[in-house]
Amino acid sequence: MSLFERLRGVDRRSARAAKERLQLVLIHDRADLSPGRLEALKDDLISVLSRHVEIDVHAVQISLTQERNQQRLVADIPLAPPRARRREAH
Amino acid sequence: MTAKVVTITSGKGGVGKTTATANIGFALASGGDRVVCIDADIGLRNLDVIMGLENRIVYDLVDVVEGRCKLRQAMIKDKHLSDLYLIPAAQTRDKTAVSPQDMIRLADELRPDFDWILIDSPAGIERGFRNAIAPADLVVLVTNPEVSAVRDADRIIGLIEAEERGPGKLIVNRVRAEMVKRGEMLTTEDILDVLAVELIGVVPEDETVILSSNKGTPAVLDSRSKAGRAFMNIARRLKGETVPFESLEARDGFFGRLSRLVKPGGGL
Repeated sequence: MSLFERLRGVDRRSARAAKERLQLVLIHDRADLSPGRLEALKDDLISVLSRHVEIDVHAVQISLTQERNQQRLVADIPLAPPRARRREAH
Repeated sequence: MTAKVVTITSGKGGVGKTTATANIGFALASGGDRVVCIDADIGLRNLDVIMGLENRIVYDLVDVVEGRCKLRQAMIKDKHLSDLYLIPAAQTRDKTAVSPQDMIRLADELRPDFDWILIDSPAGIERGFRNAIAPADLVVLVTNPEVSAVRDADRIIGLIEAEERGPGKLIVNRVRAEMVKRGEMLTTEDILDVLAVELIGVVPEDETVILSSNKGTPAVLDSRSKAGRAFMNIARRLKGETVPFESLEARDGFFGRLSRLVKPGGGL
């Protein structure tokens, strides 16, 4: 817990940690997609996308979400800053 | 009379399936219903000792399936209640001695003579579990307020849906109210948030369950047992009664709200 959280009175009781861990593990279990395989998928996605567009490789985020019975793979893929792209174009 | 077949299962071991089976069986039979409990945990039988009938076993489930005895000969009458019977598991065989079809045949043979057939499933998701759920009209899942047990329950929910035995109902067992109050244990609401299943009971952690298992007399027979009362309520809900859930999570009571207001970290 950060000092800031402590001052605000935000507690990190273990039940909350348990619920968060449970939600995460169930999302991966239900999709049959482990965090490791999700990382591999992300690497593949980056290499395919990079053939078409310059992306900010380190900022790519991919995650599994769940709302009711619908599971979703969410990817946030920022493009490389325009300046960097221009520089490489020259 | 045609029995309803209820299979008690969990995925994870040690969460209280056998205790739940015995206590629900006693609770139903104490209300005058005719009940037979079947121990489907072949090779690791324990329902006999929880019910206190271990000394009366002559024939078992595998003897019935393999035709060495008649069904009636393997049914052990309870010591306390005249309408309660046990069909014990074999201790020296393994799960493959029985098939899901055998269990369906057995249940069909018992159905006309009983109101309830309770099947105590083994832990795991393999053959023993498949045997136990094959004849089920209802699957009751037992879990504890722990990440590992709830995770396994979620897996079971998926499997019983795939076998068209869902939707199941959930028992949250071994809840420690004081830990829930301190925010150090998952609440029943937390568990229901993540599992797609309906609640049928919340059972507190209770020393009387261990005392009962020492003596071989289920906790529902002990009027002072909180766990026993919770199992009695589960039996009433199975019969279709609307029974309010006793508030184990005292944090939602007046004093709980008060303490959250005055304590730091009270979530304001």
